[in-house]
Amino acid sequence: MEKFITHVGTGVPLRRSNVDTDQIIPAVYLKRVTRSGFEDGLFAAWRNDPEFVLNQPQFKGATVLVAGADFGTGSSREHAVWALQNYGFKVVISSRFADIFRGNSLKGGLLTIILEQAEVEAMWEAIEAAPATPITINLEERTVSYAGKSLPFAIDDYTRWRLMEGLDDIGLTLKQTDFIDSFEKKRPAYKPATLPIRS
Amino acid sequence: MGKTLAEKIWAEHVVRQANGEPDLIYIDLHLIHEVTSPQAFDGLRLAGRRVRRPDLTIATEDHNVPTLNIDKPIADPVSKLQVDTLRANCAEFGIRIHSLGDKDQGVVHVVGPQLGITQPGMTIVCGDSHTSTHGAFGALAFGIGTSEVEHVLATQTLPLQRPKTMAINVEGTLKPGVTSKDIILAIIAKIGTGGGQGYVIEYRGSAIRALSMESRMTVCNMSIEAGARAGLIAPDQTTFDYIKGKPHAPEDFDAAVEYWKTLFTDTDAKFDAEVNLNADELEPFVTWGTNPGQGLPLNAVVPNPADFADSEQRTAAERALVYMGLEAGTPLKKIAIDTVFLGSCTNGRIEDLRAAAEILKGKKIASTLRMLVVPGSARVRLEAEAEGLDKVFLDAGAEWRNAGCSMCLGMNPDQLAVGERSASTSNRNFEGRQGKGGRTHLVSPLVAAATALRGTLSSPADL
Repeated sequence: MEKFITHVGTGVPLRRSNVDTDQIIPAVYLKRVTRSGFEDGLFAAWRNDPEFVLNQPQFKGATVLVAGADFGTGSSREHAVWALQNYGFKVVISSRFADIFRGNSLKGGLLTIILEQAEVEAMWEAIEAAPATPITINLEERTVSYAGKSLPFAIDDYTRWRLMEGLDDIGLTLKQTDFIDSFEKKRPAYKPATLPIRS
Repeated sequence: MGKTLAEKIWAEHVVRQANGEPDLIYIDLHLIHEVTSPQAFDGLRLAGRRVRRPDLTIATEDHNVPTLNIDKPIADPVSKLQVDTLRANCAEFGIRIHSLGDKDQGVVHVVGPQLGITQPGMTIVCGDSHTSTHGAFGALAFGIGTSEVEHVLATQTLPLQRPKTMAINVEGTLKPGVTSKDIILAIIAKIGTGGGQGYVIEYRGSAIRALSMESRMTVCNMSIEAGARAGLIAPDQTTFDYIKGKPHAPEDFDAAVEYWKTLFTDTDAKFDAEVNLNADELEPFVTWGTNPGQGLPLNAVVPNPADFADSEQRTAAERALVYMGLEAGTPLKKIAIDTVFLGSCTNGRIEDLRAAAEILKGKKIASTLRMLVVPGSARVRLEAEAEGLDKVFLDAGAEWRNAGCSMCLGMNPDQLAVGERSASTSNRNFEGRQGKGGRTHLVSPLVAAATALRGTLSSPADL
């Protein structure tokens, strides 16, 4: 995973709440067996509309998605994170994220930042008024800065450290194999197993 | 202070705890399907890693599979590749798989319980958000992403932040014609799609205790639609009786029951949040919008967006009415339906089919609509056929299909056309969920059957 320390980019205002993962990437686009190429499916239904914000030339090349509340609800598909990343997004800002989506994004290196709804709305207005406004995300200092403003955001120390180091969870957990081994020795015998097959 | 059920299960599965780090939690059962696993297996291969516990892992094919002509190769080459990839991965890593044509193939959340491998006190995960279904057995069960699937395959654990706990107390008695689907739709309408975010919900109260296991699964299934990653119900005699005799029921059943009986929330435990709902007052529920929180009793009218005080909700309602092609003030029961879908991990079990068949028996569905009946698993299909339910559906003019996720998410050919309107027993009414441009009203199996007969959204009482 790429290290994430700071990022500077422009933003896209997505003035919608409850953007579920079926909107981020509809199910028909989930049939690939790779992790790449999902940008085609990103907001596929909405992108048919020339007025849709991602189709507007002034937001081309933006890397920070600023969305309404309850972003990423619904299906657990990590393809939603990949679609955003494959398209070029590095950061998503919202006042509330669905749990599974947030977990997926932070595992995969897409930084999801929670700001108050009023701050999200202020960002929408600023970006709409001046789409070229640079937005700086500093993970080390936990701040989002734009147009002379600096907003603090919360992220737990562990996740921040993992993102800044670009570490993948599996490697970290495999260092704890001794703990897993000793836990397994104490597991009760009545817990079910899928093998051998009983029918 | 005592512990809640969720806290007890959590504590029993902590492999490692360290300050400032998420808890490392042991996973008792990992369910796998074709859509969210290929990239995880690829990751294992790239890193030269093995599956740590194939004996705690099980796979089936559900999201992509056709529900017609299942004896022939899958027609869509991309779907076929995904299913073939799952089969190859399971063969390579020694994982049990139930493929198309096998009696235990079906929607992954129907398969686990029918095999008896879903049991109280377990931690269960799957790369599917409706894994919360298994919480009905008093298990801590939740959906995960593909990176986490890979993590569980490699380590049989997950690093997790401890969730908060919420009690939803449903007291009273349901009226005839009101089901567990109506309970959960009413809960989501009450607390919103983000209301359960960050929580594990425990459903409690006399109305929950009175539900069958399969009805409890319907409630827990849609926890994620209220934003909660997991929902659970304390196990009781209903639970024990359901597991008894299933293929993977514990050999020493009494010893297991002794343990299961310890799985309840202590009287002095404290939840981080509590919500109350009166079951006596519940009516059949239906959604009118494009998220599962946009629901109302069937006797209501399509709401007027102007009546929403919250500006965000008002905008969402305006957008939803445009997408759904509905006018504020229209009685919900006047809405004409094109397709009725009976199936899914929410309502595709034998009790759901029986309840709908009871209403359809000896009658014909309206000539203006089609009805798809898709059993949740091949085993449910066989059971239904043994009871003659297939004949009831076919005689009524409905289609009797093979098992899979089908029109719940339209990854296979079972999809709505643009503008087509469904009454669906599934779980999500998102824009385009059942097919691009399709319009979904979420309903119970009883409302689905009554709607099929009348052609407009209806409850059994309207017949």
